[in-house]
Amino acid sequence: MSNSKSRAMRLDVKKTYKLFIGGAFPRSESGRTYEVTDSKGEFIANPSLASRKDLRDAVVAARNAHSGWAGATAFNRGQILYRIAEMMEGRSAQFVDEIIALEGLTPSAAKKQVEEAIDLWVWYSGWCDKIGSIYGSTNAVSGSFYNFTIPDSLGVVAVFAPAKPSLLGLVHSLAPVLAGGNTAVVIASEKYPLSAITLSEAIGTSDVSGGVVNILTGSAAELAPWAASHMDIDGIDATGLNSTLEKEVRIAGADNLKRISSFKDGASPQRVLAFMENKTVWHPIGV
Amino acid sequence: MTFEYSSAPESKAIVTIDPVYKLFIGGKFVAPKGGKTFTTINPATEEVLAKIAYAEKSDVDKAVKAAQEGLKVWSKMAPSERGKYLYRIARIMQERAREFAVLETMDNGKPIRETRDIDIPLSAAHFFYHAGWADKLEHAGVGSNPKPYGVVGQIIPWNFPLLMLAWKVAPALATGNSVVLKPAETTPLTALLFAQVCQQAELPAGVVNIVTGDGATGAAIVNHPGINKIAFTGSTDVGKLIARSVAGTDKGLTLELGGKGANIVFEDAPLDETVEGIVNGIFFNQGHVCCAGSRLLVQENIQDELLEKLKRRMSQIRLGDPLDKNTDIGAINSREQLEKITELAISGDTEGAERFSAACTIPAKGFWYPPTFFTGVTQAHRIAREEIFGPVLSVISFRTPQEAIEKANNTPFGLSAGVWTDKGSRILWTAKHLRAGVIWANTFNKFDPASPFGGYKESGWGREGGRHGLAAYLKGAK
Repeated sequence: MSNSKSRAMRLDVKKTYKLFIGGAFPRSESGRTYEVTDSKGEFIANPSLASRKDLRDAVVAARNAHSGWAGATAFNRGQILYRIAEMMEGRSAQFVDEIIALEGLTPSAAKKQVEEAIDLWVWYSGWCDKIGSIYGSTNAVSGSFYNFTIPDSLGVVAVFAPAKPSLLGLVHSLAPVLAGGNTAVVIASEKYPLSAITLSEAIGTSDVSGGVVNILTGSAAELAPWAASHMDIDGIDATGLNSTLEKEVRIAGADNLKRISSFKDGASPQRVLAFMENKTVWHPIGV
Repeated sequence: MTFEYSSAPESKAIVTIDPVYKLFIGGKFVAPKGGKTFTTINPATEEVLAKIAYAEKSDVDKAVKAAQEGLKVWSKMAPSERGKYLYRIARIMQERAREFAVLETMDNGKPIRETRDIDIPLSAAHFFYHAGWADKLEHAGVGSNPKPYGVVGQIIPWNFPLLMLAWKVAPALATGNSVVLKPAETTPLTALLFAQVCQQAELPAGVVNIVTGDGATGAAIVNHPGINKIAFTGSTDVGKLIARSVAGTDKGLTLELGGKGANIVFEDAPLDETVEGIVNGIFFNQGHVCCAGSRLLVQENIQDELLEKLKRRMSQIRLGDPLDKNTDIGAINSREQLEKITELAISGDTEGAERFSAACTIPAKGFWYPPTFFTGVTQAHRIAREEIFGPVLSVISFRTPQEAIEKANNTPFGLSAGVWTDKGSRILWTAKHLRAGVIWANTFNKFDPASPFGGYKESGWGREGGRHGLAAYLKGAK
């Protein structure tokens, strides 16, 4: 079909960078895109500039997916998070290339970031079926009752990922949210969104049910107020927001008492617990 | 044949109520700078009990400064010694339990049976439980080097005045924080008696400071820059206001807010026990309970039988003098609260629900509301959605377990729920699917210092009690 001459002239088939909502890869309903450049200012891609409507669609998808994800066994959720790590490993070269291009890192630094991100999924994968044992309790009440407390998923969590490290920062925020049985609406790093988009493609092939993870690209400043006032979002990881935006989000988020946290430190079970409730059950003991 | 009860009043002789109370700041009772006072009354008789100092902004500032001084001593003290102070407080509360119970009943209006058997012993138990935590904080689950927040501002409601104080003060002190506490405007007396207990226990000056006042006093605490954490129990609206106020600051915040608890009765439930649970769920403490089982979800095929039994049981409830040891339902805490209950119950009538009230003789003086339930309630009715905080139950039926869960969770609140069935697997299935922080299975309204308490969704942030509640007063690695 082709000779060696035409093969030498072959054009790359470039990827259209799209949103990830409910397991599908749509463009923004608004038709908007924005330009992403590499660290030297050269054009790289035109990802979608997600709108308020895209955010709302993503919340609907996340809400619909919540009972299935939270209702899956913890062992099953752990296997699926591990599967994400497997899928990322196969795409690591792509992640590395995109990080080098956008963040301007050296190849070895980019590779280190990708490896750490993959290993972080493995770490949180193992937490899924242990968080209840470590942070739940049976409570010695004075009376003839059996009384226990278990951590329970919060619901739908919006994640504002830090600008960079674009992949590792995102995984630091997203993985604990999923480990706790929540579904997520991620607002990717605005300037360096390719890691998040490629991650969505890995997640799309990792047995993660549609809607469990939804990833939007665009402006955090534009979307944050809508996320904060959305009554069907239960929690927000505000790590990627600046202090002015975070304060706005906390004020608007009080309308339905969203659980809002931002994190300075790295991996910790406290990041899982920040988006979990505690449920205490009493039952009499008797014959 | 009818049985009449003789009156069996608890003696008031055990309490001494001063004509005027001052603020408790830096270990001493001090007059408020502005010299203003307000009165607290006995809601069962409308008699004035005492004049209470009104704390203004400058008084709150003084209390915060005293707490900062107290913190220097308290946070540096050997944890085991801190614990011993808490044990001392617990013991003195036990010694003076009857005095506390009578005073609480007079100031709040709740039956002596409840203050004597529940409020006061549980309050002492909270101090005893948390005393033992003081030297074990590295095991509290927030890392190996947990730190106190510093000065904690605590604002508590009128429904369990001393118990809410204990829920707040005991974990704060055990973790090395100092406290500025504001009791509710209508129920300050047991908090001020607690201040005397702190003196008797020789608690270092400034570790506990108590400022009395109203919402403006509370706002002064919330907005004071010297406060490092706020712990609030009260209405969801005020809780949201506080959450907005502390946004953008470093202040920690925990909230225990409203509820609209579903009490779910399946067809196989043991009905006589269930009726006791329903009565305890909604009529305990005149229904002034954030975790009350205020929505009765009953499986359709047993509704008639259950409600007949409930009516019969409600006719046995004794409403009246809270100091009488036979009284089940005491006085509504304030005229304002009575008006709120009355208004919401009338909305039940006008929106088409059908009212049943137990035939009680309402005393001529004081604030009272008879135990009441409504049938024919839909999920859209105000009495199914809004917290009434009174002895008014909304009955809603369901056919399938899935429908019960859907209706139970159909509320912005998520504090408590009950489930009644003989089937173990159904209890666990129901508990798993309920979005509520405390679930009572085949029981209701049980509390214990070791048991975490707090809500999902708009019922609050964080837990009180148990390891989880303790952790809310510690800063650890995040």
